[in-house]
Order: sequence, then C-alpha cells, then structure tokens
Amino acid sequence: MAQVQATKFKNPVVNWIDSRLPIFTMLDHEYNHYPMPRNVNYLWAFGAIAGIMLMIMIATGLFLAMQYSSHTSLAFDSVERIMRDVNYGWLIRYVHANGASMFFIAVYIHMFRALYYGSYKAPREILWILGVIIFLVMMGTAFMGYVLPWGQMSFWGATVITNLFSAFPIVGDPIVTLLWGGFSVDNPTLNRFFALHFLLPFVLLGLVILHTAALHVCGSNNPLGIDPKGPQDTVPFNPYVTLKDGFAVVIFMIIFAVFVFFMPNYMGHPDNYIPANPLVTPAHIVPEWYFLPFYAMLRAIPDKLGGVLAMFGSIALLAFLPWLDRSKVRSCKFRPVYRQFFWILAIDALILGYAGAMPAEGSWLVIARIGTFYYFFHFLVLLPVLGKLERTRPLPNSISESILKGGGSIAAGAHAKPMEKA
Amino acid sequence: MRALKTAILSAALALGIAGAAQASEGVHIPKQTWPHAGIFGTIDKAAAQRGFQIYKEVCSACHSMRLVPIRTLAGIGFKEDELKGIASGYEVQAGPNDAGEMFMRPGLPSDRFPSPFANDQAARASNNGALPPDLSLMAKARVGGEDYLYAFLTGFEEPPADVHVMPGMNYNKVFPGHQVGMPNILQPDGVTFADGTKATVEQQAHDVATFLTFVAEPHLDARKQMGVKVILFLLVLAGLMYAAKRKLWSTLH
Repeated sequence: MAQVQATKFKNPVVNWIDSRLPIFTMLDHEYNHYPMPRNVNYLWAFGAIAGIMLMIMIATGLFLAMQYSSHTSLAFDSVERIMRDVNYGWLIRYVHANGASMFFIAVYIHMFRALYYGSYKAPREILWILGVIIFLVMMGTAFMGYVLPWGQMSFWGATVITNLFSAFPIVGDPIVTLLWGGFSVDNPTLNRFFALHFLLPFVLLGLVILHTAALHVCGSNNPLGIDPKGPQDTVPFNPYVTLKDGFAVVIFMIIFAVFVFFMPNYMGHPDNYIPANPLVTPAHIVPEWYFLPFYAMLRAIPDKLGGVLAMFGSIALLAFLPWLDRSKVRSCKFRPVYRQFFWILAIDALILGYAGAMPAEGSWLVIARIGTFYYFFHFLVLLPVLGKLERTRPLPNSISESILKGGGSIAAGAHAKPMEKA
Repeated sequence: MRALKTAILSAALALGIAGAAQASEGVHIPKQTWPHAGIFGTIDKAAAQRGFQIYKEVCSACHSMRLVPIRTLAGIGFKEDELKGIASGYEVQAGPNDAGEMFMRPGLPSDRFPSPFANDQAARASNNGALPPDLSLMAKARVGGEDYLYAFLTGFEEPPADVHVMPGMNYNKVFPGHQVGMPNILQPDGVTFADGTKATVEQQAHDVATFLTFVAEPHLDARKQMGVKVILFLLVLAGLMYAAKRKLWSTLH
C-alpha cells in the first residue's frame, strides 16, 4: 500500500474519481497486480475463504437481527419465528449457525498452514499477531452469538464462560458483574451480548483490513518459504490467483451447503432447542466444537485460576511465536525434525478437542492433562530448542528454479504476456 | 493436491469431534428407517396426518405445542377448509372487547395450538408434579431425534426386579434415569385411523415421531429440495472454475 501511482483508466468517470481519491489505482495495484508467489498451493486459499465467510456472517447476521428480539422472554420464540414464519428465515439462520463453524474450520486450516510453512516469521510478525487478535475477537463474537438463541446451552455456556473471569483475584468479581450487568446471567447479559455481537464483526472487518494491509507490505509466503527474487517467481494476483482461490471457494461452499441443507443441526447441541431454564442444569455443559481444545485445557488444570490462565495463555502464547521459533528456515519442507513435531501438535490439538467433549473424569482427564502439557511443551521448549539444534535441508536458489528446473527464462517469457481479461 | 487432501482430512477430523460430543449419552437408541431421511427424503404426509390425529386425541391432553401455528399443517396436506375446521375445534382467548373483557372465540388457522394448561405450575399440579414438555421442537431437542422419540414411546416396560420405581413414576428403558412421570400412553387401537391403518403401538409411535419431526422442522422438504439444486449448481460451477483455472495456469508452464 505504500506507494500508489496514478494509473490511467479508460472510463472518464473512474479517472475523474481516481485523480481525486485514488481508490481504483489502489485496488488495481493491490488486487490486479499484487504479485503472488507462483508456487502457492490450495492451502493459501483459506485466507480468502475466511474473508468470504466473514462477509456471509455479516450479511446473514444483519437479516437475523432485523427479526430477533434480545429480551429473555422473547429471544427463544423470536428465533423460532425466524425458523417458521419469516420468508427463508430457516435458510438465513442455518447459514449463519453453520457459517460460524465453517468460518472456524477455514481459520483453523489457515492457522495450521501458517504454522507449517513458517508464515509467522520475519518480516511477517505483525501480520501474524494481527491474526492472533482476529482469532481472539472471533472467539468472543462466536461465544456471544451462541448465547443469543437463549436455549439451555446458551444460558449455561454463558454462565460457565463468564464465571471464568471470577478466577482472577480482586478484579475478577467486578469483571463478572460488569459482563452480566447484574448478579447472574439474565436479561441485561443477553442485551449487552447482542449489542456486542453486532459490533464485534465490524471490529473483525477492520482487523482483517489491517491484516491484509500488513500482508501486502511483505507479500505472501509460499510452500518453499523463500522470498520471490523477481517477476519470474510470481504471478499477478488477478486473474491467476482470483481464479484459483475462486475454485477453492466453490469447493468449500459445497461442503458448507451439505451442512446447511442436509445436516443443519449436526454441529449444534440438541439442548439448545430447549428454552433456557436457570433452575435446570444440563447433564453435560459443552461449548461449540471449535472451543473444545481450549475447554479441555481449562478443565485439565485442577486449580480454577490455573485453568483459566492455561486457556488464555494457550492463545496468548501464539502471539510470541515469531520469537519462540528460532529457526531461520520458514517452511517445514526443509525442516525434517520440526515437521514431525508439527504433525504431533496437530494430533495433540485434535485429541484435546475430543477430550474437551468428554466428561472431565477418569482417563479423559489424564489425556487432557498430557495434551495440555504437550501443547505448552511444543511452543515453549521444542520450538526454541529445535531452532538451534535442527539441521535443515538446503534451500533452493529461487522459486522458479525449484519448480521449473530450467531456470527463470521460460517463466519470464510466460510472465511477459499475462492473459488479457475477457 | 496432497495439501488439499490434508486440509479436507483435518476438517473431517474436526467435525468428528462435534459428533462425538453428541454421542456421549448412555442408552443405545436403535435407528429406524424414515421416509424423510436422506438427501431426497420427504415427510410422509399420510403418516404425519395420522401422527397429528394421535397428537390431537392423546398427546395434547397434557403436552403443549405453543410455537406452532395451526396453518403449519398445510405442509402435510391439509386443505384450507380442513385447516379452518381443525382451528375452529379449538377455543382461544381474545380481547379485550369494547367492555374491556376478555372473551373466547373459535380458533383460526393463524392461531397457535392452544396449550392444555394455563402455565407450568398448573401443568405440574395436574401431573403429579411432573411438567409435560412442549412438543414444538421435541424432535430436535433430544439426542437421537425422531429415533429417540420412537424408542421412548415404545420403551415402556415392566421394571427389572432390582429397580425400585418411585410412586407415580413409570419405567422406560431409554429415558435418562429410566423413571419418567409420563405413563405408557399409546395403547393398541387407542386411536382409530380414518385411512384404515392398523393402530399398533409401533405404528402410532412411528406416526407421532414423523409428525413431531415435521412440526419441529416445517420447512424440511423445501430445505432439501433447495439443497439439491444449490449443490448441483455449485458442482457445475466448480467444474467450470477448475477448467478455466487449468487453462489459465497452463500458459505458465
């Protein structure tokens, strides 16, 4: 974004606007000509997919908000009214509810892609930290959204999660009172959660714009983890990557549609179709699936404050990743030892997720404890040590040399005549 | 391609966790075959109409269905005059009139099904302290859905010798804790179906479960039909996108 050069456009109106406010030049620069490493694979599409999911969530959320009532005596019934009486209300709500899960799937894949290919390393530290903040805000937004239908899991999930803050000494109880707007989860809680649930997606949008701006300063990483050395290593974003990302988006939408139309309640909990009742506690209070690994960490520590610190710490830790990983080599392709540990971490996250869904007793508790220990061990011990000890494989000289094996000349020739837009 | 496979695999694993979260209840619920299951499945309207008859003659004595407007029944094949007939069989409170008094009038298709009790306390007082739950969302509000409803309605039996059933309670093999306030209400030929279907307990349980699936999800048929169209469209679009992408990127190599 740093340097915006005036471009000449054919359309005189566009030109007139652009000479006064160069938004078209900026878009042309950032999305038409933005150089993408030519070797990126389909995992690089998940950033775009996550962005589209955010748009879908804001659009469907807006229409839901037009029909929803954020009063404890009306909330549950108003959601059912949307499902039964509002034109295509069932579609909008199922897209929104399943969209949250799909958004998390996209973001988790996006994050693990960054971990695998070392996308958080210099010079992309701020880009990565913005991503961690996006993840945190997203979790808060999703949590508050789940409270809004005011079913049993909404109410008891809200009770459990807000009570976490009471673990902190001195400030804990005032924070909880502030979150509740009273002395228990009640109407003021629902009202403020609705207000915040409407606000935070736009905060997310702002963060995503910053995230993208930071990305466009240093450019996208790629599976080799080496910087492009010139135009022979890159392709213009449009049409090459727009088309490739577009294909990936359509495939993702097919999976999304399978959930929305054929198993819309698969990722939800049946108890949330029972209206909230402060006098009846569900047999097991479980959060949505995307919180389960963190829920497992929370319950793994026998001390309440310790559990809360472990849970928040597991995310805060990610912000320090660029400095915990000492290796100069980015991509796992050239880090044979780290690559093994990466997959162990991925499996550890899945095991933690499974343990989070199980009652916190017996062997599941032991497994959750081992999993939690390993999570922190990976980031705090393995990563710094591996960076020093690991013998990495030699890096290729350039992207084009690596993929074409014949040097950059052919690639440069192809790049000289990018396809005309139809 | 390998990367794509990895991505899909990890997504599938993550979703597996969600399934595990729901499958953690104790009793095994046998799966039934439902005409509304599967991609092209639609609600069996005849079964749902029989289910409505059972709801009206049996269930509604204790259970409310307060979220469902009577006109919803158009979705299982009732015509407008039939709906008016069904609705006028109910008395609903309206008002206040010009004298400031509430009065009763015959129901309209736009009314919701009236509840058998004025409030939860009245329901408990008439049912030995137990609260008959609302049936509007019952098929979605229990683990196992309609399979659970079928298993529950056919699951009343004599308690095993070592189980002491509390006074006023009944033994049910699938209910959590096995003791439930609701009695074994479905009896063979307890209702007489107009279409001549033999009213066995299994048949009634199947029909009620079908009806409750419909009222919990009145747009189920429309949803699946739209889903087939959406996915076919997306598959064609994906094919075109992939071909275009291949053609474009081939100029690079």
